[in-house]
Amino acid sequence: MISTAQATCAVLTYEDLTLHPIILTVLQRLFLGVVTLIIVSVIIFAAIEMLPGDFGEAVLGQAATKETVAAFRRELGLDQPAYVRYFEWIAGVFQGDLGTSFSGRAASGVDRSREVAELIAPRLWNTLFLAGMTAIIAVPLALFLGITAALYRNTYYDKIVSASTLTTISFPEFFVAYILILLLTALWPVFPSLANIDAATPLGERIYRSALPALTLTLVIVAHMMRMTRAAIINLLANPYIQMARLSGATQREVIIKHALPNAWAPIATVIAFNLAYLVVGVVVVEVVFVYPGIGQLMVDAVTSRDIPVVQGCALIFAITYIFLNLLADIIGIITNPRLLHPK
Amino acid sequence: MSQEQTAYSAKDEVTSFLEKRTAWSRTKILLRKSPATARFGMIVIAIYILVAIFAPWIAPYGEAEVFAQPYAPWGGEHLLGTDQIGRDIYSRMIYGARNTVGIALVTTILAFVIGGGLGLAAAINRSWLDQLLSRGVDVLMAIPSLIFALVLLSIFGSSAINLILIIAILDSTRVFRLTRSVAVNVVVMDYVEAARLRGEGLGWIMRREILPNILPPLVAEFGLRFCFVFLTIAALSFLGVGIQPPTADWGSMVRENASLIQFAQYDLKAGLTPLLPASAIALLTVAVNFVVDWFLHHTSGIKD
Repeated sequence: MISTAQATCAVLTYEDLTLHPIILTVLQRLFLGVVTLIIVSVIIFAAIEMLPGDFGEAVLGQAATKETVAAFRRELGLDQPAYVRYFEWIAGVFQGDLGTSFSGRAASGVDRSREVAELIAPRLWNTLFLAGMTAIIAVPLALFLGITAALYRNTYYDKIVSASTLTTISFPEFFVAYILILLLTALWPVFPSLANIDAATPLGERIYRSALPALTLTLVIVAHMMRMTRAAIINLLANPYIQMARLSGATQREVIIKHALPNAWAPIATVIAFNLAYLVVGVVVVEVVFVYPGIGQLMVDAVTSRDIPVVQGCALIFAITYIFLNLLADIIGIITNPRLLHPK
Repeated sequence: MSQEQTAYSAKDEVTSFLEKRTAWSRTKILLRKSPATARFGMIVIAIYILVAIFAPWIAPYGEAEVFAQPYAPWGGEHLLGTDQIGRDIYSRMIYGARNTVGIALVTTILAFVIGGGLGLAAAINRSWLDQLLSRGVDVLMAIPSLIFALVLLSIFGSSAINLILIIAILDSTRVFRLTRSVAVNVVVMDYVEAARLRGEGLGWIMRREILPNILPPLVAEFGLRFCFVFLTIAALSFLGVGIQPPTADWGSMVRENASLIQFAQYDLKAGLTPLLPASAIALLTVAVNFVVDWFLHHTSGIKD
């Protein structure tokens, strides 16, 4: 009797411990995400190491004395091996310390430089604000257009939506941006052409000034998401099970929403995640056109002036965002795909 | 002569009945059925190719030839005016077709050779090779390509060769992902299993079993990828780190003339000048997309 109970107990614990294959896969992906992040941090660190020239002299200028340069190199730890500096850098990152910017240092040794984290934080917030504003408009719009275009396929509605999204997907961001500037600031002054905002700007003013960059980004990403949504649904329509649903008397609307859409979520989610990642990082051009004080512009400036700690900080933030959103796309893909749920 | 006319040849008759359509006649039939958008796209692409090839004969001036008057208005000696240091914009537009499109095309082909090959290999060999490549691609894709390209270009310098190599490798990750994800669905098919069981090698399975079945999305992706590469190069040039002056390039031309847009209220033509190279970029991408769209519709097998 006792032994039976023990046996049952053992079986139960065994069943509890055996995770559903999907959770295992998800955990595996999460683990790989962390590993990816570590490798990316090494690459970012190494890429900066490969910058040509001695940046002690480059930062402090021609007039710097040998002693100042040596002191600066010692402060940066350039006299230590690379792996030691890598671990120190990573340890700092975990404590929210991204190092000190190179700009503001002078040959005289007077230090007016600022903390990288302090430089990045307000600009990161600005970029996230712009990206969030765009996403709130773009994602529902793209899904709506994509599903309805698939629903009314080959009608004039579909043709007009497809043609106009095809047109905007083909436009470089700066083209869209300059057309909007030409129309909405130069010819009919509705919006400001420069999106100069700061922390003190009130929300309404902030939205008003960010309208043109957000509009530009929306036009650019809606097209891609909409087309992939439409394509994902239409690709499924050639499948036998859709034929079966049609033969059993389902209407076009039922076929698309009840039968095709559930299987189309995986590619759609992937595309949305890609586009959101793109939003946070691909805003560089738009930020430069509108002189929007975001992290992309900060990074371009830092790359030009070879402000290494700032470049590292920005690149790391971009990488974390990218990895997180790709991971999300992967996990949604696993959860929603029945064929991956039950492998052969 | 009359003998020849009356002579009967069964072979002649039979062959005329069974005449096989040549690739050319099949293409003609296909083109006759193509929609207006696709025809428009093909015509535009053809014009771009002709302009790119015959640029030195079409352009009235050289691409780096400097004239006395900067920011000259449209018309007169200079059809589209001159830029900030007095170069003829019309000539630079024509040379831009050769430089910008040529570099983008070479980059895309390279990206497909790298990404497509590795993607197929990973889809078939789902073991360590797949894991290694997929994680490698994850790592590369984890760093946004424009930013990565910016950093790499600032390290290695902005030459055309570096631009092609960097963008090709970064974009091959996208090709890899697509190829792998499409091919994975084909690899589980029974006929691939059969080929594997009868002992075919990796190369055969890639070429003969999987590639024909994933070709339509790949060809479509080639068109779209070309557009992305083209736009990335334009964006990098726009930011000042792509194709370097004095080489005529549409992306940097936009940046150089951007300030003219403020004068649109007084002289609309001047305001439109920076949009000309940008619209040259846009028109080509629209054209390629139209053709790709028609191709996808044609190969998807849905006829309703």
